Amino acid sequence: METLTTPLLIRGRGVVSGRVEGEALVTTQTISGWGGINERDGSIIERRHELVGQSFAGKILVFPGAKGSSGWSAFFHMTRINGVAPAAMLFTRMTTKMALGAVVTRVPAMTDFDADVFTEIRTGDHVVVDADAGTVEVTRR
Amino acid sequence: MHLTDTEKAMRDGAGGEAVAAAMDLLIRYGNALGAERLVETDNVAGAFNASTPSVRKIAENGMAEVFSRLNLDSDKTVEIPQMAARTCQLITGIDDQNWALQGADPQMVQMQRDSEAFVGQRGVNLMATCTPYQVGNVPTFGEHCAWMESSAVIYCNGALGGRTNVEGKESTGAAALTGRIPYWGYHLTENRYGNRHIRVEVPVRSMLDWGLLGYFTGEMVEENIPVLEGQMSGVDLVKLKHFGAAAASSGGVEMYHIPGHTPEARIADEAFGPNRAEDFHVYDAAARKKMYDTLQSAEDRKVDFIMLGCPHNSIEQVGRIAHLLDGKRLHPDVALWVHTPRAIRTVAERSGYVARIEAAGGKVMSDTCPAISRRLPEGVRVIATDSAKQAHYLPAIAKVQGWFGSLEACIEAGLTGTWKGDF
Repeated sequence: METLTTPLLIRGRGVVSGRVEGEALVTTQTISGWGGINERDGSIIERRHELVGQSFAGKILVFPGAKGSSGWSAFFHMTRINGVAPAAMLFTRMTTKMALGAVVTRVPAMTDFDADVFTEIRTGDHVVVDADAGTVEVTRR
Repeated sequence: MHLTDTEKAMRDGAGGEAVAAAMDLLIRYGNALGAERLVETDNVAGAFNASTPSVRKIAENGMAEVFSRLNLDSDKTVEIPQMAARTCQLITGIDDQNWALQGADPQMVQMQRDSEAFVGQRGVNLMATCTPYQVGNVPTFGEHCAWMESSAVIYCNGALGGRTNVEGKESTGAAALTGRIPYWGYHLTENRYGNRHIRVEVPVRSMLDWGLLGYFTGEMVEENIPVLEGQMSGVDLVKLKHFGAAAASSGGVEMYHIPGHTPEARIADEAFGPNRAEDFHVYDAAARKKMYDTLQSAEDRKVDFIMLGCPHNSIEQVGRIAHLLDGKRLHPDVALWVHTPRAIRTVAERSGYVARIEAAGGKVMSDTCPAISRRLPEGVRVIATDSAKQAHYLPAIAKVQGWFGSLEACIEAGLTGTWKGDF
């Protein structure tokens, strides 16, 4: 049941501009692009990943960042072309893979938060990301 | 981000539309990183090939559209000029000679050839390997590079003292046309010092040892910079290639120091510079066994495919395989593919290695690998490989069971059809 409390407000730095809202998918594990995701359906395929088999398509993806092969940006780029990109990316570890991947996926992206997004945001929460204002609003679901 | 007058002119179209699109992407990317400026580079290693099914639709509209969309992230198709920086092609999806063996669609082969003709015409050197440093692109100490391919990046930074971040398909396209890349991360001296310490307390000598140590290193330090000290011997190009590929697979390691062996540190103090180790890890016999077990994803001991050459094999590695297979025959149910850069394959042919491997029933492939191409011999269920990187990725990509072990264990499995392993 939806709660009527005020949404939690988290501030951060916009990496790719834009505003979007949607359902959160949260993992404390970094994600591989090439070899880690299926770019045709947006699912995680890395066999030891806690989200294996789940899709991030259309979700507000909350994760530490990118790992693995340099195909990261190209694979997330293809999720955009294939219409299965996440709706937004909220991440905590800046790397070149992560920055370039967010830029070419062209979805709102943020980092450098003033709160721990892994404890404040849970999978299924409703999240409003405004990368231009530098805000994330979280409503518990 | 600060731009020089030349860079502003590029952005504003003085170098043509493609250069402007490239500069636009570099600005978006540099701002996302929080970079202060760009740095000049004359050494780009990227992925300009069109050899995957997902590219086919775009390729139907011409190779300029492929480059514009996938290498520059430009919605507008722009005319692609000569590369401004020295640029090479990394690994591709199709072996130009053994494509039928791969089961590649002839239309895809044609698309790949069209794409190679297009970028070759514009000055991209078609090395077609994940190891450009084996076939002529060896950065000098301190050289600013823009490289893709995690195993090549860690080799460039750690083994050679070149300077590159892990770039992507789009940023290498932009760097090739502008000779610029964001001045961030490993381009800056202060970001190259160690911050994790690994003490090696079990002898690390063989290729298997170096692969396991690499896999442990990535597991422990993730994206940090390890300084390794202790019982390591036999440090050479091939061992560091193997070590780095493993560390970049299990973690995101892009830089490391082995004081006394790697170029930026003669002793541990130099490796750490102003930093102190934030974590201390011990690699011992138990850790080694744990890594070996972690890399296994198979249960069925009946093996049907042996994958060797990830990262692409050196000439000595190909020679070693030829020696181990000399005068023998692979089990009839097993396929064995050896992967090496095409330039090295030429030397391997001349040295008689290719003929000896083929006489045993094996194949020598170039330009690609099964993880990149997603192509294995038909009906493969269980693979064995001597590469920690391939053992990490291929089972997930190809939905097969995977054994990992020494080259000797892989060859034995190839000859008997049964996996025995090393422990």
